[in-house]
Amino acid sequence: MKRPPLIGRSLARDLVPFGGKRVDRLVPRSRSRGPVPWVIAIMIALTVMAAAAGIALGNLIDRAESDLSGALTVQIIEANAEVRDAQAQRAAELLIADSAVTSVRVVPQEELAQLLNPWIGDTATSEGGIPIPALVDAELAGVASAEETARLNALLLEEIPTARVDAQSAWLRPVYDALSSLRYMALALIVLLALGSAAAVWLAARSAFSTHRQTIEIVHLLGGTDRQIAQIFQRTVAFDALLGGAVGLALGSIAIWLVGGRFAAIDSGIVTGGNLRLIDWAILFAIPLGGIALAMLTARATVLSALRRML
Amino acid sequence: MSERAHELVTFDNVGLRYGTEPEVLRDLSFTLFPGSFYFLTGASGAGKTSLLKMLYLAQRPSRGAIRMFGKDLITLPREQMPQLRRKLGVVFQNFRLIPHLSAFDNVALPLRVAGVRDAELTEPVTEMLEWVGLGHRIEAVPTTMSGGEQQRVAIARAVIGRPQLLIADEPTGNVDPEMAQRLLQLFERMNSLGTTVIVATHDINLLRSMPDSLIMRLQKGNLLDPTGALRYPPQIGRRALDEGIGK
Repeated sequence: MKRPPLIGRSLARDLVPFGGKRVDRLVPRSRSRGPVPWVIAIMIALTVMAAAAGIALGNLIDRAESDLSGALTVQIIEANAEVRDAQAQRAAELLIADSAVTSVRVVPQEELAQLLNPWIGDTATSEGGIPIPALVDAELAGVASAEETARLNALLLEEIPTARVDAQSAWLRPVYDALSSLRYMALALIVLLALGSAAAVWLAARSAFSTHRQTIEIVHLLGGTDRQIAQIFQRTVAFDALLGGAVGLALGSIAIWLVGGRFAAIDSGIVTGGNLRLIDWAILFAIPLGGIALAMLTARATVLSALRRML
Repeated sequence: MSERAHELVTFDNVGLRYGTEPEVLRDLSFTLFPGSFYFLTGASGAGKTSLLKMLYLAQRPSRGAIRMFGKDLITLPREQMPQLRRKLGVVFQNFRLIPHLSAFDNVALPLRVAGVRDAELTEPVTEMLEWVGLGHRIEAVPTTMSGGEQQRVAIARAVIGRPQLLIADEPTGNVDPEMAQRLLQLFERMNSLGTTVIVATHDINLLRSMPDSLIMRLQKGNLLDPTGALRYPPQIGRRALDEGIGK
C-alpha cells in the first residue's frame, strides 16, 4: 500500500492574519449583506447633507464676520441739515486722521433716502420732512472691538456731541448666534447619524455572527485568533460600507447640487458667502471613508466582544 | 531529562460538570506521553466526548489542573490558546466541516489559519485528499458528500497541519472496514512521525489491530487505569489492551 503523505514541515508559523481570496468565502457575502449597504447609504447621504449645511453656514458666518469685523458706522443725529452735513464731513476728517482707520465714506443723503423709501416713502426727501441722521462708514485696519469703538466715539464726541459710533458686527451678532446654533445642530445631527450607522452595523454584525457561529467555532478550534475571525467580518462590513458609502455620497451630492442651485439663484451677498469651497467638497467626499472606518471598527468591536465569551 | 519533559498532556484530579448538573467526569488523573498511541473507550454517555472537548481546548474543567505542552491551562491567558490549538488536530464526531466550503478549502483551512500562502497549499492538500480517496471530490461541498466522505475530509483536515496531538472522536464510524484500516494506517504514520494520537472508538477490530497502543477506559465519568499505563512511566503492552477491553 502506498505510504501516507508526509505532510510538509511542522507549522511553527507566527499567528498571521488570513490571506487570499478564498478566506472571504468563510463568510459568504451573499448571506451576510442584507440591508446593511442600503442603511449605510441612507445614513451617509443624510450625513453628507447635514455636513454640507453645517459647512455652508460656517462659511457664511466666517465671510460675514470677516467683511464686517472692521466696519464702523457713525450716526450724526442733528435736525439741522446744514449742521448735520458739516458735522458728517468733520467726523470723516477726524476718523481718517486716526491711524486705526483705513477708509472713510460719508453716505450720501440720496442713498439714505433710497434705503428708507420702502418704509417712510418720500418723507425723508420732501421739504420739511422727517430729518434723518447722516451716516459715515469707516473701515478699521483691525477688528472693531468694543474698546476701539468706544475710543473713536470719545474722539468724535469732543467736537461733535451728536455723533454715535456703532460696530456693524454688533448689530448682526444675534444673527450670527442663530446661525451658529444651526451649525451646532448640524454637528449634533452628524453625531446622531454616526451613532445610528454604528447601531445598524452592530446589529448586522451580531446577526452575521449568529448565522455563522458554526464556521466561527470551527475556525476558533483550528487555532484562529480573535483578530483573524474579526477580520473576516471587517472585510465583509467594509465591502458593504464601501458600496453604501458610494451610493450615499452620490445621493447626498445630488441633493447639495440641487439645493445649491436654488440658493445661487437668490444671488444675495450673504447667501453666496455660504458657497462650498474645494476643501469643503474634500471633507464631504471623506465622509464615506469615515463611514467605512466606523463600520469596520463597530464590526470588529462587536465580533471581538462575542468571541471573548468563547474559551 | 525531567519527568515533565516526558509529558505532553497531564490531567490532575480533573472534574467537569455542566451548569449545576452532577459531574460528568470525576477525578481524572492521567498523562499522555509524546509519540504514544491511545484508544479511549467506554459506553455511550461515559464522558468520552467531554474528555476530548477538554483535550481540544473547547471546554475548561470545573476543577483540577491540566497541563498541555508545558502550559498550565487553568492560568493560561486566553490570547495564548490559539497557539496551543494549532498544535492539535481534531476529528470531530459530527465532522464539523464548513458546509459552504469545498473539500479542498475545508482541508486547507488549518494551514490558512496558520498563515500558509495559497501557492503553498495546493500540493499538500491535494495529496492528502487523494490519500483519503477523495482526489476526485476536491471541489465537492460537504452537503453533496456521503457521511463516509465527510469523515475522510474531516480526518484530512485534522492531520494536514501535522499536529503534535491528534484527537479523533469515532473517526471510523462511517467508513467501510477497508477505509477504516487505511485511515488507521494514516494515524499510525502520523504517530511514527512523532504525533501523539488519541482515538475514541467502540470498534473492537480497530483496538485489536494496534496491540501496542494504550487503552483509556471511561466508565460513568471515571477513568479506569488497571495497569497504571496512564501514569509515568508508562507500561505499554498487550496486557494493557487485553485488560482494557476485557472490562
